[in-house]
Amino acid sequence: MRAPFSTALAIAFGLVVLLGYFIPAPCDPANPGLSCTFLGIRVVLLDWGATLAGVAMLVGIVNLALVHWRKVRASGKERDLLSAVFLLAFLITLAAGLWFTPADVRFQRAVLGIQTPVEISLMALLVVTLAYASLRLLQRRSGLMAVSFVISALVFLLLMSGLSGLFQQVPLLREPVNVINRLPLAGARGILLGIALGSLTAGLRILLGADRPYSG
Amino acid sequence: MNINAVIGLVFLVLGVGLMLIFFFVRRNQPVRALRSISAFQHLRRALGLAVEDGKRLHVSLGQANILNSNGASALVGLSTLERVAQLSSLGDRPPVATSGDGTLAILSQDTLRSTYRRIGAFEMYNPDRGRLAGPTPFAYIAGTLPVISREQVSANLLIGNFGPEGALLCERAEQQSAFTLAASDALPAQAALYASAQEPLIGEELFAVPAYLQGTPVYQVSLHVQDILRWVVVGVLVIGAIFQFIMPLLGGGAP
Repeated sequence: MRAPFSTALAIAFGLVVLLGYFIPAPCDPANPGLSCTFLGIRVVLLDWGATLAGVAMLVGIVNLALVHWRKVRASGKERDLLSAVFLLAFLITLAAGLWFTPADVRFQRAVLGIQTPVEISLMALLVVTLAYASLRLLQRRSGLMAVSFVISALVFLLLMSGLSGLFQQVPLLREPVNVINRLPLAGARGILLGIALGSLTAGLRILLGADRPYSG
Repeated sequence: MNINAVIGLVFLVLGVGLMLIFFFVRRNQPVRALRSISAFQHLRRALGLAVEDGKRLHVSLGQANILNSNGASALVGLSTLERVAQLSSLGDRPPVATSGDGTLAILSQDTLRSTYRRIGAFEMYNPDRGRLAGPTPFAYIAGTLPVISREQVSANLLIGNFGPEGALLCERAEQQSAFTLAASDALPAQAALYASAQEPLIGEELFAVPAYLQGTPVYQVSLHVQDILRWVVVGVLVIGAIFQFIMPLLGGGAP
């Protein structure tokens, strides 16, 4: 077995956190028992996890800055001057954040003043991209699934753009429209059940030590 | 313990039991062939072509937080990255992994390092090949787009937690004539990726990726258990619906 120590640690911590879900909370501090012990251990472990995740984000950001620094310093095709723009923006934001602190309203306004328009522009680009992809879908993919997808998308776009309310005023159409409106919910539940079962088995692989996405 | 916890516990015990039984029964048997899914056949071909052409593979791990319930999709992405790193070790260019979460970025570096160490090709390891592309959804997309277009990528695997903005990555890959296989655990993303990706995976197919790539018994057993649990859920739903239908007819209240 590779990395037995980290595997044992991962399994032990995973089991404690998992058991915490099945042991009823809150515990009674006046009469602390197994429930309080597990709840306490679970909270401590999750707090450690959250702290480590925060540190990991910091490490990731430093790594990101270093990757762009190397791209600026590289020669030939590897060189990317847009990375210099990234580094400049990163350093200015970092310096301003340290100077004014992230809680400062002026700092927040300045950051959001740049971030929000950029994200809205990307969102607009996404709308165009998705419209174009939908148009191309039947060219790229034939079959019942693709046709059903396009028809469903069109039907629900029309229904959600106000037609649904209009149809519900007609007594004869009210029930069929209600049934059609429930269809996406049923489909979504089916897909989510599949994802939940997949998540369960993926988690069990880790808990049983059969899958180890860490080297130790 | 409330009813939800009891149901969860039943599925957990059933899952562990089935997994252990199948694993010990099948551990000495040859690996069984899985049902053919065209997306995986195309993926294998794209992996082979990337190695032959000296191009790079890109694994986009999404922005799942490993501490949240969507962390399972990230684990699938990491297993995929491990296999992709093994398969492409004969090629000139090692794969690159991008993620939208710091923990995931570190785990991707760790996966690459342990894989190269295990296959005896540690000189191929470069920590820059497992990188955080951006900490917010759109920053992640903005950071990943240049990877697809400028790092000689011929196949992209988008496996993890994405929003619908993942369609922008598929579109850029399309412009670069690169292969794209996309799978997300988020419903809006699945719809967007179905329209934009060359090979989309829907629903629990995401969790089948390691079984189709790795071919080891543990992943196949996991897939088998997943199928059985799905049939159990289907059975419970059907029985519940029948009860709900016949109870009023028999004079009782709805269960």
